[in-house]
Amino acid sequence: MSTDMNVVHELASRDYEWGFVTDIEEDRIPKGLSEDVIRLISAKKKEPEFMLEWRLNAYRYWASQEKADAEPKWANVQFPPINYQGITYYSAPKQKKQLTSLDELDPEILRTYEKLGIPLAEQKLLANVAVDAVFDSVSVATTFKAKLAEAGVIFCSFSEAVLKHPELVKKYLGSVVPHTDNFYAALNAAVFSDGSFVYVPKGVRCPMELSTYFRINAAETGQFERTLIVAEEGAYVSYLEGCTAPMRDENQLHAAVVELVALDNAQIRYSTVQNWYPGDKNGKGGIYNFVTKRGKCLGRNSKISWTQVETGSAITWKYPSCILQGDNSVGEFYSVALTNNYQQADTGTKMIHLGKNTKSTIVSKGISAGHGQNTYRGMVKIMKGATGARNYTQCDSLLIGDKCGAHTFPYIEVKNASARMEHEAATSKIGEDQLFYLQQRGLKTEDAVSMIVNGFCKQVFKELPMEFAVEAQKLLAVSLEGSVG
Amino acid sequence: MSLLEIRNLHVTVGENEILKGIDLTVNAGEVHSIMGPNGSGKSTLAQVLARRDAYHVTEGSILFEGKDLLEMKPEEAACEGLFLAFQYPVEIPGIGNTYFLRSALNAQRKHRGLDEMDAMDFLPLFREKLKLLEMDDKLMNRSLNEGFSGGEKKRNEILQMAVLEPKLAILDETDSGLDIDALRIVAAGVNSLRSPERAMVVVTHYQRLLNYIVPDFVHVLVDGRIVRSGGKDLALELEEKGYGWTEHDTRQPVGARA
Ligand SMILES: Nc1ncnc2c1ncn2[C@@H]1O[C@H](COP(=O)(O)OP(=O)(O)O)[C@@H](O)[C@H]1O
Ligand SMILES: [Mg+2]
Repeated sequence: MSTDMNVVHELASRDYEWGFVTDIEEDRIPKGLSEDVIRLISAKKKEPEFMLEWRLNAYRYWASQEKADAEPKWANVQFPPINYQGITYYSAPKQKKQLTSLDELDPEILRTYEKLGIPLAEQKLLANVAVDAVFDSVSVATTFKAKLAEAGVIFCSFSEAVLKHPELVKKYLGSVVPHTDNFYAALNAAVFSDGSFVYVPKGVRCPMELSTYFRINAAETGQFERTLIVAEEGAYVSYLEGCTAPMRDENQLHAAVVELVALDNAQIRYSTVQNWYPGDKNGKGGIYNFVTKRGKCLGRNSKISWTQVETGSAITWKYPSCILQGDNSVGEFYSVALTNNYQQADTGTKMIHLGKNTKSTIVSKGISAGHGQNTYRGMVKIMKGATGARNYTQCDSLLIGDKCGAHTFPYIEVKNASARMEHEAATSKIGEDQLFYLQQRGLKTEDAVSMIVNGFCKQVFKELPMEFAVEAQKLLAVSLEGSVG
Repeated sequence: MSLLEIRNLHVTVGENEILKGIDLTVNAGEVHSIMGPNGSGKSTLAQVLARRDAYHVTEGSILFEGKDLLEMKPEEAACEGLFLAFQYPVEIPGIGNTYFLRSALNAQRKHRGLDEMDAMDFLPLFREKLKLLEMDDKLMNRSLNEGFSGGEKKRNEILQMAVLEPKLAILDETDSGLDIDALRIVAAGVNSLRSPERAMVVVTHYQRLLNYIVPDFVHVLVDGRIVRSGGKDLALELEEKGYGWTEHDTRQPVGARA
């Protein structure tokens, strides 16, 4: 074997840059899960009765599932059983009183976000991005609220939405991902602590990018946030989430739910740059990222696009999906998933075509390095009524070294003969000849690899909002650093 | 000091010895041509000089400006000013030609302690070289060599060389796959880069190219050995008599003049 390829083999990745712990006072409840814990969480959040009922309902369902040992086991990932009684389900930074401005936020938390490159002070923000910051179980700050309110856009923490816009929450919560959907969705419905809420009224084009940064800080806690985005007729919104966590030896559970609803002619773009702590070089620690994300194109001509760049987490289990219910609606899924060292990812999408002339596009790019295992799992379902439905699927895998793996499981179910389906798939290795070519022109092995990887991901990066495309490229480079040292 | 000094170079690939004791000296300002039948080891020599790893040097030495070339990584050799125009340039999807070339130039400039060039500074230089090689701008918006014809790839190699301005350029069968017009353009590009500071090693199977790029020295490589060296007339003689003619001479290889 040549040294170039040896170089490619040694996948000792650089230290995780975001792995520090913030020292703040926490308000946390005892470990474990029971009806009492659910009541406690709900009480802490001063929730109305309907929320508590909703949670308890979900909890009872989850408990029955747990008893029946119904945790999903079909994914191509391996991990020891999770002790659900060993997790703390609510932890919040202690705040003395209700905040009225950012100046009152614990400076340690502000500093944390600045260290992460996410300044919360509005004058310092990227001109056109509003940020909601979620720290452990609660939202600590949302910027540009006033400006958004002028446009009629509601962007706030989920807790605030429950209190201030209960009719909207009641109407849409669980309408896309019911608590019976799956084990982790049920768990989330029972214990979710916060998340973001977005409502864009009829005909409004949201004047700026919205984004939420999730940060797990406390030890031995899980993070269970819930995001709900509703775009009314003709509305448009682009939303981005980012996430990081400290380096810890234990595995921490993150089980989020995201629901999107697009009415007639509405469009939602949802982008994720997922950078949870992936564990160390030997596979110790890291986040279990078991997430349910689904969008419903309820209205005619509506459109939902998922774009994700998944570089973190020890295990990723995630299938952002679209239910294409309205006629002529469009679903898109663009994904880059990178696994290095001992990371495992089982990710993909579901496109369920119900309406006429519905269209879906799937572009998945999996990169495996080190001992990383990367699985694409995708389902395209064309139902009886979906006359004229079309799907295009492209799923490509790139292998770096020969200890890693790439797997693809495309499921296709067609119940209407007029459907047109196209599927392309390719697996390639970073070629020694490609590397040598770039090196011969003067590029270092690492730069050459990251150039090839970025080239491979280009189709997906161009779907991201500009600033985040740059960030995503850097993140990939860092995640691969050392893979070629 | 010579720019390049190869002494008693033996190279194996897997089990096979491909180069069996090469001696070659190249000084700044010179153009050397290496000719030989298919499979004689021309590309092997070119790739070893560019520090490709699959080839194992079992004996001998190579000095580049007095430094041990065999100690250098490919990117170091490149940054020191060694350029290889590949016989088979690879395609790399998703990497823009212009972006790639600017990154390469900046990597080399950085190595030499020069400031990096931003896109604005780079563009005029790049345009000028495109014109020199009569290449279409549009081609440059595509991915690296992707969907390029054989001739376009070869032209792109010379374009890169023109931008990177190496001290030693090794051209591996740059003429193959070129029609006569393209050949003339490529040769003009190469000739414009001839200078007293720069040397070239032009590897070719046919004499044709040497009508356009006139070498100072010609070496004939047969079965891993340089069996004959001479001036530009040697190429013509070869064309006339064929490689078979040189094989009688393998006992007494003649080195290039230093
Ligand atoms: N990577 C390689 N693996 C195995 N054999 C090789 C490799 N490269 C070259 N060879 C062998 O070495 C000999 C010389 O090849 P090459 O240097 O390409 O010759 P030329 O360029 O003169 O046509 C041939 O017999 C070829 O098959
Ligand atoms: Mg050859």
